[in-house]
Amino acid sequence: MIDMRVQHDIVIVGAGLAGMRAAIAAAEKSKKLSIALVSKTYPIRCHSVCAEGGTAAVMREGDSFDLHAWDTVKGADFLADQDAVEFFVKEMPKEILRLDNWGCPWSRTEDGLIAQRAFGGHSFNRTIFAADRTGFHEVHTLYERMLMYPNVIRYDEYFLTSLIIEDGRIKGLTAIELKTGDLILFEAKAVILATGGAGRLYGFTTYSHTVTGDGLAVAYRAGVPLKDMEFFQFHPTGLVPSGILMTEACRGEGGYLRNKDGERFMEKYAPEKMELAPRDVVARAMWKEIIEGRGIESEHGPYIALDLTHLGEEKINERLPLIRDAAIKFVGIDPVEEPIPVRPVAHYTMGGIHTNVNCETPIKGLYAAGEAGCVSIHGANRLGSNSTAECLVFGRVAGEKAAEYALSVDYSHIPNEAYKAEESRIFDEILGKSGDENPYQIKKELNETMDKNLWIFRIEDELKEAVKKIKELKEKFNNVEIVDKTKGFNTDLIYTFEVGYMLDLAEVVAIGALKRQESRGAHYRLDYPKRDDENWLKHTLAYYTPEGPRFEYIPVTITKWEPVERKY
Amino acid sequence: MDVEFKIKRFDGEKSYWQTFNIPVKKGMTVLEGLYYIKENLDGSLAFRASCRMAICGSCAVKINGKPRLACETQILEIGNKLEIEPLDNFRVIKDLVTDFEGFFAKHEAVKPYLIRKDDNYEEPVELIQSPKELYTYYDFTLCVKCGICYSVCPAAATRDDYLGPAAITAAYRFNADSRDEGEKTRLALVCGDNGVWRCHFAAECSEVCPKQIDPAKAVQKMRFKAAIETIKSIFR
Repeated sequence: MIDMRVQHDIVIVGAGLAGMRAAIAAAEKSKKLSIALVSKTYPIRCHSVCAEGGTAAVMREGDSFDLHAWDTVKGADFLADQDAVEFFVKEMPKEILRLDNWGCPWSRTEDGLIAQRAFGGHSFNRTIFAADRTGFHEVHTLYERMLMYPNVIRYDEYFLTSLIIEDGRIKGLTAIELKTGDLILFEAKAVILATGGAGRLYGFTTYSHTVTGDGLAVAYRAGVPLKDMEFFQFHPTGLVPSGILMTEACRGEGGYLRNKDGERFMEKYAPEKMELAPRDVVARAMWKEIIEGRGIESEHGPYIALDLTHLGEEKINERLPLIRDAAIKFVGIDPVEEPIPVRPVAHYTMGGIHTNVNCETPIKGLYAAGEAGCVSIHGANRLGSNSTAECLVFGRVAGEKAAEYALSVDYSHIPNEAYKAEESRIFDEILGKSGDENPYQIKKELNETMDKNLWIFRIEDELKEAVKKIKELKEKFNNVEIVDKTKGFNTDLIYTFEVGYMLDLAEVVAIGALKRQESRGAHYRLDYPKRDDENWLKHTLAYYTPEGPRFEYIPVTITKWEPVERKY
Repeated sequence: MDVEFKIKRFDGEKSYWQTFNIPVKKGMTVLEGLYYIKENLDGSLAFRASCRMAICGSCAVKINGKPRLACETQILEIGNKLEIEPLDNFRVIKDLVTDFEGFFAKHEAVKPYLIRKDDNYEEPVELIQSPKELYTYYDFTLCVKCGICYSVCPAAATRDDYLGPAAITAAYRFNADSRDEGEKTRLALVCGDNGVWRCHFAAECSEVCPKQIDPAKAVQKMRFKAAIETIKSIFR
């Protein structure tokens, strides 16, 4: 037992953009702090590397903080907290410059300045990018920079199983070291959750296989509320059939969306912004075209054409090299010659662990940042290129706040019994159990339910059906048997954990969506097609109970911008 | 059609081959095949995967003798019989999962980050870099650290401590960056007994790199620079 216990001032879970930015921020704050970075993959294998199009920041004359904030608030369909948005946009430019100073290969103008491109819902070309591999380069830059700080200690390939909280204060957490299969107890003064979203709830998704909402589920089970989980973003352009992201930069660089008649149908839905309307608007338009029979038929179902052929080979090679390469490799289509087959695809979790603008959760010493957290700056619909930006700003905030807190308190001892109880839960109750259900089948059915009943257009009957189905799957899950009984690198065990996490989160998403009787941003109810500010201009909070989530609602912070009709 | 997946497995003590037959449609990747096995035939099969779009570098394995990223390899382009093994030159942990700790430590050892005297965390300023300067090193930033180059490197096969193509490429990438001031520091790091002089010039790394990065060229350029530095130091 003794060597299964480690102690660090701060333990960060998740090594994507937000987690690594937090680690650097905390390390900059004090050399004395011992900072652990715990993640289930090696840091550069994180899902942030899949971000393609860019990162928004106000950098040049003609743009302003107010304009970026207004675009964000309007894009959010007024559910964003405006104090957080105003703070966020002001902090962003410095983050871009830091990454420049740390080696990020930003794309450049002819004069050698950091270049910017157009993106959906932004009324200025403010998206900074590194070709169409922005997330990849940001992750590698942060990872490499992080290597300069000797007080950041990495725990690569460790899987989070529980948080230890007592009297409203964080004490530590437990995680399985994949290589050995040992359960490790982390004692910490402060913990930051930066585990990303809950994307793999859906089957047709841009998310990496590893994005299973671990941090969200573990926090939720430990009593931390989840906020606004019914708001899930559908990105307009997922490659058919795999769901691989075809960046919004395709349209930012001038690409068109066409239906089977070759028509640029966005002129019917968003005559001003056209293909560069926010994602919820474009995804709904595409889905409507498909439902009404104007999709292009294929063996993988109807799709919409993402047409880049008029951009020319040179521009595609310079600005969208990954897109060209992926389209050729995965579907055998060269976008220089032919349009890319796409369909709206589950892409981003607007909701997350409830925090304030300082990334503080209601638990003392527990912070959340990045997609795992919900500050909230994205409200009901996130604008493209605001997510990597959020990871940088709020990763930094979480790191700094956690550092200040950790410097002011002492460790709180975790008794051996807590460790033994968790060890027994994992290895005796979960791994040792026999049963006749298998986690892979449950996951498959969960994905089918989410893709069918909690997709772009939602309606009461289907939502009720989903809630029922998820409850059934939870029942089945109690009877799961894990085939692999070995200890080291047991991916069967990890997968089963992930499915359990996702079932809890799916229930929160489904019931939250059922309760919210209005349409706002990405949450669209066919039976309540209007936004209802009188009753629903409020955040959803879901609390765990053994019988299912309990809901509360809290007001949205409005500083400058009263809700108005949203037109593009 | 059915395709045979013959997989080299390892349970921590012994290794053995196991064969699975899986239904394959056009467009299906080797990684999807591995998931098919895990989800339908044998949940205990261990492999790494994440992004499934060739950008995270997790899923490198040997397929019919050649190391590739499983996620971007079409099954039917390989054939109807696949032999899948873990990467060479890495210790196997379980099935297709290998130990990358040493690999990442070697990357870290070359100081793969921008080194600047005026590093200012609080008040960073915009650095100017022309597109031409950017493109002198940009291709070398595309390394996903999948380990494929290292797995075919004859120098790494004979010497455990050889830095290897990926780490030396990372050093070169920063040395070639107009914003960097750490060239001499890194040259010293890659010119030791475990560094560039160990390279056999087999250039197999460049043949197999899934990102067409040409690590062999980076190693050569570093050797040239190192030689110049040595000559200079004689006349100093």
